[in-house]
Amino acid sequence: MTHLAFLPFLVPFLAAALLLLVPGEARKAQRAASLGATLLGLVLSVALVAAVSDGSILVYRLGDWAAPFGIVFVADRLSAMMVLLLFALAVPALLAAMRGIDGRGLHFHALFQFQLAGIAGAFLTGDLFNLFVCFEILLIASYALLLHAGGLERTRAGLTYVALNLVGSALFLVGLGLLYGTMGTLNLADLAFRLPTVAASDVPLVRVALVLVALVFLLKAAVFPMAFWLPHAYAAATVPVAALFAIMTKVGVVALLRLAVVALPDSAAGAGLLSPWLQVLALGTILLGTVAALAARRLAVTAASLVLVSSGTLLFAVADAREAATAALLYYLPHTTLATAGLFVLAGIIAAERGDLADRLVRGAAMARALPIGLAFALLALAVSGMPPLSGFLGKLMLMQGAGSGGWQPAWWAALLVSGLVAALVLARTASVLFWEPREAAPPRGRLPVPPAALLLLVLASPALTVAAPAVAGYAGAAAGQLHARVPYMVAVVGAGPDIPREVRP
Amino acid sequence: MELLLALGIGLLVGCGVWLALASRTFPVILGLTLIGYAVNLLIFFGGRIGASAPPLALPGATGLADPLPQALVLTAIVIGFGMTAYFVALALKGIGESGVDAVDLPASRDDTGEEP
Repeated sequence: MTHLAFLPFLVPFLAAALLLLVPGEARKAQRAASLGATLLGLVLSVALVAAVSDGSILVYRLGDWAAPFGIVFVADRLSAMMVLLLFALAVPALLAAMRGIDGRGLHFHALFQFQLAGIAGAFLTGDLFNLFVCFEILLIASYALLLHAGGLERTRAGLTYVALNLVGSALFLVGLGLLYGTMGTLNLADLAFRLPTVAASDVPLVRVALVLVALVFLLKAAVFPMAFWLPHAYAAATVPVAALFAIMTKVGVVALLRLAVVALPDSAAGAGLLSPWLQVLALGTILLGTVAALAARRLAVTAASLVLVSSGTLLFAVADAREAATAALLYYLPHTTLATAGLFVLAGIIAAERGDLADRLVRGAAMARALPIGLAFALLALAVSGMPPLSGFLGKLMLMQGAGSGGWQPAWWAALLVSGLVAALVLARTASVLFWEPREAAPPRGRLPVPPAALLLLVLASPALTVAAPAVAGYAGAAAGQLHARVPYMVAVVGAGPDIPREVRP
Repeated sequence: MELLLALGIGLLVGCGVWLALASRTFPVILGLTLIGYAVNLLIFFGGRIGASAPPLALPGATGLADPLPQALVLTAIVIGFGMTAYFVALALKGIGESGVDAVDLPASRDDTGEEP
């Protein structure tokens, strides 16, 4: 099926446009359409993974304009896997909204679908300017979703989030403008062909442009010191939005990974562009997230701090830029995304069970459903902190073995082990406050605002990734191999080489 | 010509950054708008500087204009315009809800985690 590489973007995009036409009172119709589109996206992304799992690279030319002149969508193992992860996360996140949260503001489902379209497009596109457009689609949707359900706290978080991302967009455009002015192309594969032959006088300008683009990806991935917006924004968002946002930082990580592995190697302009300062910043991010988790006084803030830790962990593996590190990263990434999303959903359920205390980490009334919630908490805590036997442990083990070359091993192992230990301590302390030290008897059982199915799906993700570890790790290894081979990707997108005569400088 | 344009873009960015660092929302919006203008000019001149050149390869034409930066800058202008409008609406919402005109609104009880 030739359109398969484009459909994961098109389906949510069309669904969003159609959902805007459904009147706000027809909530059942909205829910059905939104869930249907998301499930269709899930089916399509499974088909996409099946189509590329033999190593083929699907290139979809919009309007049949050949790259680098037209825009292409490229599905390789990495992008197919990320799209599948997106829709696997979107189903529970959407379910979490189905019991009334979606009615606390306008156009929740349309915005949700726009966000899915933007993220799927960002994973699939092979063109840097199109990546900017997809970033903007997902950002515009996220600005509005962050403010969903209103309230001063969300406005407060939204103002800083929007201002910061507007600056980020401006930096992205400056980088793209410089890159186009010097290289004459914004297609990633074409860029990879041309970077080694760039004139020596242009190298400084190209390096500035590439660093600016990388900085924007790092802002999205919330690297230290551009990370302080994240705990604030994620903890203020409603449950389904926070769960979906768990994959937003990974958009930055994957975009940077692709840029670093496909475009930068073997060229004077790309040499030493990310390493070693990215390693330092990644370790700083892990440290910041760990300290923030210790200082958190709400469970949602704890979860957001652990998103920072996972971002730092993934970025360190990106900076390492070896195939083994990428393979470990690609196994750890789905695990950490789904587990932290689960923690956000759990925080929402606990907040509802405790009434006025919400998810603040102070002793209060017991919970009416303490046993199932406690079990879910225990599983998620094991997964997030990387304790055996769940997939967090396997992922961290692979990362310890795969990343940390070039004298970084002591710092890398210390950062991984200490952050895991602190996460375990923080979550154990949280559990004892929430579950074991109630001051009063439990209030009567109310209806949960979040369907338990949403939590169940996310809680079971880590055991599933553990049981399926050989298959998932095998796929991640193959995806890393395909990414690091570079040339098949470049040839699939723009053909055998830069034989198209183009005048770059007049 | 290049120097003049570069200095103009630099001046716009400088003013924009100065304004964007303010603590009230209105200067921040103006500053981000100025940065947006500067960025649009930068992309626009990323193609080349000149006038009256055809965008297509016509027989006998001497120079060529690059149409791509014009398409890029059009996209960037539209997106920047929408984003600015949203930020203005958000700033007004912040002022309405808190009574304070500030990018960093005062924290409410929820955020500090104090016991009620």
